[in-house]
Amino acid sequence: MNTQTPPTTKPGTELKAQAKALSFYYGSFQALKNIDFPVEKNQVTALIGPSGCGKSTFLRCFNRMHDLYPNMRYEGEILLYPDGVNIVDRHVDPIEVRMRISMVFQKPNPFPKSIYENVAYGLRVRGVRNRSLIDEKVEEALRAAALWGEVRDRLDDLAFNLSGGQQQRLCIARALATDPEILLFDEPTSALDPIATAKIEELVSELKEKVTILIVTHNMQQAARVSAYTAFMYIGELIEFDDTKRIFTNPSSKLTEEYITGRFG
Amino acid sequence: MSSILPLKHPPETLAATPAALRQGWSSAKLRRRLAEHAIETLLLLAAMVSVFTTAAIVAILVWESVVFFRSVPLLDFLTDTQWTPLFDDAHFGILALLSGTLTTTIVALMVAVPLGTILAIYLSEFAPFRVREVAKPFLELLGGIPTIVYGYFALLFVTPVLQRIHPELPGFNMLSAGLVMGIMIIPYVSSLSEDAMRAVPMHMREASYAMGATRLQTALFVVTPAALSGLASSYILGISRAVGETMVVAIAAGMQPNFSFDPSEPAATITAYIVQVALGDLPHGSIGYQTIFAAGLTLLLITLVFNIIGHFLRKRFREAY
Repeated sequence: MNTQTPPTTKPGTELKAQAKALSFYYGSFQALKNIDFPVEKNQVTALIGPSGCGKSTFLRCFNRMHDLYPNMRYEGEILLYPDGVNIVDRHVDPIEVRMRISMVFQKPNPFPKSIYENVAYGLRVRGVRNRSLIDEKVEEALRAAALWGEVRDRLDDLAFNLSGGQQQRLCIARALATDPEILLFDEPTSALDPIATAKIEELVSELKEKVTILIVTHNMQQAARVSAYTAFMYIGELIEFDDTKRIFTNPSSKLTEEYITGRFG
Repeated sequence: MSSILPLKHPPETLAATPAALRQGWSSAKLRRRLAEHAIETLLLLAAMVSVFTTAAIVAILVWESVVFFRSVPLLDFLTDTQWTPLFDDAHFGILALLSGTLTTTIVALMVAVPLGTILAIYLSEFAPFRVREVAKPFLELLGGIPTIVYGYFALLFVTPVLQRIHPELPGFNMLSAGLVMGIMIIPYVSSLSEDAMRAVPMHMREASYAMGATRLQTALFVVTPAALSGLASSYILGISRAVGETMVVAIAAGMQPNFSFDPSEPAATITAYIVQVALGDLPHGSIGYQTIFAAGLTLLLITLVFNIIGHFLRKRFREAY
């Protein structure tokens, strides 16, 4: 695959980001191998593949999460448009990257704070002090995360009192409150029941109007339901990237076909 | 045995096994059961030793204090501001000793709580792996220094230094004792606080960093609140250590009971008084001898109160990530 031409989105579409020959190392172990990968603006792009294939590792390059741990190294680039800055460049401050690219994690991980303070956190760390602006942003984010109706009367309650699905939507609201350009989802429904999962999926489909979305998922039906593009990864390599419909109906790689038909993974 | 479920090993198969083999089974089983029983009893006894010791200490303190309170009214004990049990005009006001204990403890906490917390935040959130590996053993060493060494350090080094700044400071004073005691309990506060902060799961920190927070913001706004119950218990432990500390205060703060909350004055603490009397040659059964049990009981009650507070703090702010 890597010897062929780099994958592209449909002609005439606008890119939000693009990985070019991206490699990533944990110590001397190469976890990502020379990945070329486009991210179309205001679309959902899904990453699928068996456990350990590097899809989460790849996702976490986009907000430099790896920088929290020692002994790691990026090679190649991830360009963020419109300005075309290489966000994995050593000289780019990871905090600046994270200010533009938010993330929702596998397990709902609200802070031990009130619902309101959870959503306001991103604004607070950016030094926003204007009370009415924060109020406004919190409401807007909670509405966008389809949680406002359920929590409007108890914004001062501890976030842990919410159900798992509500907590995950709270985490989405928290990520949305700062108007990110890209929202990363790392298997956001793997800890949730089917009803909560359906709500999150619906939300993901709606949110693409506002923000570009990258989602890692173990669940192939989920990828088929929410995404416009799907990438299949295997042992650190991007095997195939295409229109989601094509990937699931007519994949060009044998490996992809075996994976989506459940022959391994 | 009239189970409706089919038996896994019907009696016929058991009967079919050679008798010798069956006997071997049962004796091995018996031996195993005996050994198990013996170990269990042994462990129970070991556990009981600590329970029994605690109970015995409390019983003796209460018993002897009852004797004391037969001759000294409780009201006098709690309200009198003089402690002169060995004088002809004897007064038994525990406040004169309690003030010394409280003042030195507060000074110590003013040193240990901020420094211990900052140290814990640094070690848990900022220090590179190698720095932590070097710093931690040193810190634990600080907790291993005999308290008498701290006492002389306070009397012969810290007090003279303080006297340069404030020449009227007496040779024995609660300030110097409290400061050194504070340094002494830093390791207790910092090590427990650090454990509590490290126990905060990484996904909590990741959530904060993912929002664009800096390390300091993450440490202060996310990790510290999440570790609050652990921090509270570390402070409580620090208080208990400071209240019970004897050598530092006996050497550096003096042995003179003095109802005062001014750290620049000398004053005896409860512990210092107990040492003084216990080492003296007071006849058993005299009222002077009896005082140390009343003082000891007071000390025990203070620590008990703090332990109970600590228990409730832990429940109130229990970590629920």
